[in-house]
Amino acid sequence: MSEPSSVLVVGASAAGLATVESLRRGGYRGTVTVVGEEEHAPYDRPPLSKQVLSGNWESERSRLRTESALVETGAEFVLADPAVRLEPAERAVHTASGRTLRAEAVVLATGLRPKRLPGTDVAGVHVLRTLDDSLRLRAELSRARNVVVVGDGVLGSEIAATARGMASDVTLVGSQAAPMADQLGPRVAGMLGELHTERGVRLRPRTGVEAVQADHGRVTGVRLETGETLPAAAVVVAIGAAPATDWLAESGLRLDDGVVCDSRCRAAAGIYAVGDVARWHHEGLDRSMRLENRTNATEQARAVAANLLGADRPYAPVPHFWTDQFDAKIQVHGVPHAESEVTVVEGDPAERRFLARYTTRGTPVAVLGWNRPKQVRTRRQEVVETFSVPALEPN
Amino acid sequence: MKVAVDEEKCCGAGQCVLLAPEVFDQRDEDGVVILLDEQPSENLHGSVREAADVCPAAAIEVSEDA
Ligand SMILES: Cc1cc2nc3c(=O)[nH]c(=O)nc-3n(C[C@H](O)[C@H](O)[C@H](O)COP(=O)(O)OP(=O)(O)OC[C@H]3O[C@@H](n4cnc5c(N)ncnc54)[C@H](O)[C@@H]3O)c2cc1C
Repeated sequence: MSEPSSVLVVGASAAGLATVESLRRGGYRGTVTVVGEEEHAPYDRPPLSKQVLSGNWESERSRLRTESALVETGAEFVLADPAVRLEPAERAVHTASGRTLRAEAVVLATGLRPKRLPGTDVAGVHVLRTLDDSLRLRAELSRARNVVVVGDGVLGSEIAATARGMASDVTLVGSQAAPMADQLGPRVAGMLGELHTERGVRLRPRTGVEAVQADHGRVTGVRLETGETLPAAAVVVAIGAAPATDWLAESGLRLDDGVVCDSRCRAAAGIYAVGDVARWHHEGLDRSMRLENRTNATEQARAVAANLLGADRPYAPVPHFWTDQFDAKIQVHGVPHAESEVTVVEGDPAERRFLARYTTRGTPVAVLGWNRPKQVRTRRQEVVETFSVPALEPN
Repeated sequence: MKVAVDEEKCCGAGQCVLLAPEVFDQRDEDGVVILLDEQPSENLHGSVREAADVCPAAAIEVSEDA
């Protein structure tokens, strides 16, 4: 494909902004427009469950770029005006305010929407995805005596850790055997659970929530399937998030837990998807995948920008994510499986500084560093092969 | 070109070191970025800009006029 004369990006956050910057970095001089639902200039989400939530940072610090850096991109930002419909053949996007924007190429970067529990539409029940969510939750945590976090994935675990520094009583309820067990496996998740317990978070593993109790429209507690009722002045629901594709329902694009793309992150002629919303074919693993992490937002944006400019290259990254909980900085390169074999290759888990290798059926699939960010990067090499696209047979 | 890093924002991913090891390193104990060269020579400008672009914590600032 030759270079498009104009590019329209839907979603003004990490992946959308990185697409714009990578296009310019690649020498692209065409018209670039970014449509965003939120009124805020692009900001970063990882601090929303950490420094912004704890109050250590003012919200301004989570901004991704200064105003002048945004101006320098030469892109037009149309904010506070969500896209409501896409016509793929025309590459036209209609927005809530009635605008119609057309471009030769469209990049979908609309991220995720948090899932909610049924019957939780009462004051004091929160989800966390946006800056506004974080500020609302922060105000409440600084007043609440007891907080219940529902959902023990990475987000729920982080929120519980941060909340513990703000509220006197924090309980983390989840379906897994230990926080993040589905992602990190029983051994490392068990250590994370120990850390939470030690720091005073009460854990209710393998426990379902039956109902949220409210009085006069305000939450009072959470009733668990075990019969126990946890009193709660605030509840955070962190049970996962779904790709924000509702607005694409009638577009004719294939949607299946994300916008389905080929290995180039292309959903249809002239239409690409990037970031948390994109499901694409990882040629190295020969399977479809969708990642929900910050590093992917940027790396995939670079791949999409390059392909828009004619590169025609598959996107086959070694995934990377990090999480900070209490004093634990956990970094992972690769994709660990809950059932992988875990070998400690350096350091001592008892001292909470170590590196572990995850192996599945003899193949190294991930390396994990616990308070070893630098060292884990140097071991990333051990899993590169697993993710790389097989070279074509010479003929 | 002048480079600045924000240690407090840094998440220790080390993407910058992968791209421009002449300019960035990480502290051994917590992985936080170390800026080795505030005014890198011209042949490194491309990889430094790339490092600033890909930093998942937006912790690297590059100003071109200095
Ligand atoms: C609280 C929190 C903490 C996190 N911590 C970490 C971490 O420690 N490490 C890590 O690796 N990752 C972390 N992540 C994940 C990381 O932030 C995401 O992977 C990243 O933000 C994805 O970027 P994105 O641009 O694809 O999507 P998003 O950041 O979700 O942005 C999508 C944007 O599109 C907008 N949008 C949606 N629908 C429309 C529409 N119809 N029209 C216009 N705009 C629309 C949304 O409002 C939003 O601004 C965290 C996420 C959250 C929420």
